[in-house]
Amino acid sequence: MTLIGWAQIALFFLVVLALVKPLGSYMFRVFEGTPPLPKAERFFYRLCGVDPVKEQAWTTYAFSLLAFSFFGLLVTYAIQRLQHLLPLNPQKLSAIEPALAFNTAASFTTNTNWQAYVPETTVSYLTQMAGLAWHNFTSAAAGIAIALALSRGLTRSGGAGGGKTIGNFWVDLTRATLYLLLPISFLYALFLVSQGVLQNFAPYREIATLEGVKQIIAMGPVASQEAIKMLGTNGGGFFNANSAHPFENPTPLTNFVQMVSIFAIPAGLTWTYGRMARDSRQGWALFAAMAVLFFAGVLGAYKAESAGNPALRELPRLQQDRGNLEGKETRFGIAASTLFTTVTTAASCGAVNAMHDSMTPLGGLVPLVNIQLGEVIFGGVGAGLYGMLVYVLLTVFIAGLMVGRTPEYLGKKIEAREMKLAMLYVLIFPLIILTLTAWAAVVPYGTGSLANAGPHGLSEILYAFSSGAGNNGSAFAGLNANTRFWNLALGANMLAGRFLMIVPALGIAGSMVDKKVIPPGPGTFPTTGGLFVGLLVGVVLIVGALTFFPALSLGPLAEHFAARAGRLY
Amino acid sequence: MIRQELTVALRVTAVTLVLTGLLYPLLTTGVANVLFPARAQGSFVADERGTVVGSELIGQGFAGEAYLQPRPSAAGEKGWDAAGSSGSNLGPTSKALRDRAAKDLERLLRDNRGSPEPVPAELVSASASGLDPHLSPEGAFWQVPRIAQARGVSEDRVRSLIEGRVEGRDLFVLGEPRVNVLLVNLALDRTFGRPPRVAGK
Repeated sequence: MTLIGWAQIALFFLVVLALVKPLGSYMFRVFEGTPPLPKAERFFYRLCGVDPVKEQAWTTYAFSLLAFSFFGLLVTYAIQRLQHLLPLNPQKLSAIEPALAFNTAASFTTNTNWQAYVPETTVSYLTQMAGLAWHNFTSAAAGIAIALALSRGLTRSGGAGGGKTIGNFWVDLTRATLYLLLPISFLYALFLVSQGVLQNFAPYREIATLEGVKQIIAMGPVASQEAIKMLGTNGGGFFNANSAHPFENPTPLTNFVQMVSIFAIPAGLTWTYGRMARDSRQGWALFAAMAVLFFAGVLGAYKAESAGNPALRELPRLQQDRGNLEGKETRFGIAASTLFTTVTTAASCGAVNAMHDSMTPLGGLVPLVNIQLGEVIFGGVGAGLYGMLVYVLLTVFIAGLMVGRTPEYLGKKIEAREMKLAMLYVLIFPLIILTLTAWAAVVPYGTGSLANAGPHGLSEILYAFSSGAGNNGSAFAGLNANTRFWNLALGANMLAGRFLMIVPALGIAGSMVDKKVIPPGPGTFPTTGGLFVGLLVGVVLIVGALTFFPALSLGPLAEHFAARAGRLY
Repeated sequence: MIRQELTVALRVTAVTLVLTGLLYPLLTTGVANVLFPARAQGSFVADERGTVVGSELIGQGFAGEAYLQPRPSAAGEKGWDAAGSSGSNLGPTSKALRDRAAKDLERLLRDNRGSPEPVPAELVSASASGLDPHLSPEGAFWQVPRIAQARGVSEDRVRSLIEGRVEGRDLFVLGEPRVNVLLVNLALDRTFGRPPRVAGK
C-alpha cells in the first residue's frame, strides 16, 4: 500500500460525497417535485398511453414492472436469435444459440450483466445496442423506480392519492430515463470518446504490426454503451475484458470517472430518501452505514493485493514489490484496480478492470463478500437503497426486541406482515445461491467448467451464483459458463435474485404506506445516530456471515491457508 | 386493468427500445465522430512511412530483441488477439500460473543477460485484458541493455528515449506511471532505424 494509492481512494470518496447532495436533490426534484421538461415527458406518455396522474397500488406497480421486464426479456432473446438477419452486423456473426440467448436476456433484464459469451465473437453491434444497452437503461430505471416506491411506502404519511398507492411505475421509469440516465450518459459517452473509447460501426480492422504480425482489432459503438453500463450499475462489457480493455477504459482518468459513476446514483439516492423522509439525517445514516462497509472492503482488498501473488512466491529471482499484477493493467496498478474491484462489487455493477479470478485468496474474498452482503453497500441503482431499507427494518425490529417495544420506523409500526416479507427478502438470496452452488459442486456438468483446481474451484462456483443472484455480473471468469447447465442455472438464478426479491420489497411498501404516523416519543428508537448506524452495519454483517461463512471457509479461506503453506493445485 | 397495463408495457418497451437502444447510440456516434474522429475510430498510429501499424491503445506482441517487449498476454491462443481480449484467470494457487511464470522468467533471464536481478514481476504477469499497451517504467528500463546491444547504440541513449516517453499519473494521483510500448518502439525505429525483421517468432 502506498500513500498515493490512499490519496486516490480518498479523492474518489470525496468526489462521491460531494455529489450526494446535488445529485440527490436533483433526483428528488425530478421524481417528487417539478420535473424540468414537462412537454417532452407528456409526449412520451402520449406515445405509450400512460396516464401520469394515476397512482398505483403495490400490486399494480409490481405487475407493471413484471410485465415490462417480461417483454424486455422476450425482445432481447429474439434479437439475439435473429441477429444474423438484422442490420449492423459487419462481422456476419451467426444467431446465438438458445440457452446462451436465454442466459444473456435474463442477465440484462435483471441488471446483472453476467456474460457467458465472448462479445467480440458472439454479438453484433445491433444486439449490443438494442438488445443489451437498452436494458442497461431500463433495468436501471426500474431499479430506481422500486427504490422510490419503497421509499414512498415508508415515508408517506397517511398515503397520498387514496392512501394505498406508492406511485406510478411508468412515470418513475420515464423520469429516470429522460432526466437522469439519458442526458448524463450522452455527455459521459462523449467524454469517454475524447479519452480513446471507440464509437463507430466499422468492421473489425486488420493491421500488420510493427513486426509484421497480423492483428485483427475489434471495433464498435463502445462509448455509448460504456457510459450507461457504469451509470446504471449494469457492468456488461462491450468487450470480453470489460473495463480492463483499453478501448473501454483507456486512461486512469476514465477509470476514476467510471468508479465515481458507479456510486453516484446509489449514493445520491440516500439523499433523495432523506428528503422524502423530511429528515436528511435518515438518508445520511444509510450513507454512513454503506461507507463503513465500503472502506472495510477497500482496506482488505488493497492490503491483500499489495502483498503479491502466492503462486509466484517461490520464484526467487522475481521482484513482487508492486503487488499481485496477474490480471491487472499497468495503467491502473494495485490501488486503482482494488478500488474498482471493491466499488463494482459493493454496488451491483459487475464491470471489472482487473480479473477477480487472479486475485489473492483474501483479495478475491472481498468482492465475493461484498456481493453476499446483499448488494447493499451503495448497491445497484435503486436496488442498493431498497435492499438497505429492508435491513433497516430488520435492525429496527431487532432493536425493538432488545428493549421490548413494538418496533417502529419513521413513526410507523412494523408488524408481523412486514417482518415476514423482510425475512423472505433476506432468505431467498442465500437459498438460491447455496442450493445452486451445492448442486453445481457435485455434478460433472458443473465442475467440468472449472478453470482452477482445489478450493479456488469452489470459489469460482460460489462466486458465479452469488454474482448472479446479487445481480452483480462480475465473475471469477475462468469458469466456462457457456454450457447448457450453467446458462440455464445462472439464468434462473438471476431472475430469482431480481424478481423474487423485488416483490417482497414492494409488498413491504404496500403494507407500510397507509399506516398511521405516530409522533416520536421518549421511547422511540432513533434511526439517525451513530448507535443506529453501528447496529445496521452489525445486522448486515451478521446476516451475511451467518449464511455464507461455512461456504466461504471452504473456498477463499481454505485457499488462503493453503497458499500460506505453499500449496499449489 | 391487466389488459391495459399489458398494452402500456408493450408500448413502453417499443418506445424505450427506439429511444435508448437506437437513437441514443446513433446520436452519440454522430457527435463523437465530429468532435473526436481519430479517437472514435480507434486511435490508430502510423510508422514513418505512413503505414498504419496498430492502435496506440492496443498492445501487440513484440518479440524482437531490439524492441521493448510487453507483458505476457492471455488474449486468444497466441496472445494479443485484439478480437478476443482476456486475462489468464489463473488463480493464486494455480500450478499452471507458477509454471508459466517460471518459463517466462527463464526466457527473460536468458535473453537479458545484461539486466539486473531480480526481474520485475509484471514481466511474467499477464494483464487483465491481454491487450495492455503499457509497461511500468521499471519494466521498460529493465530491458534497456538488451535493446541497446541489439541496436548497437549506448544504453544511455535508449534509456533517455524511454524516459522522455514516461507518462505520469493522471491529475498527479490517478493510476500509475507508464510507458506505451508501441509508441516507444516506433520512436526507437525513428531514432535508430528499423532492425532487420527476425523470421519465425
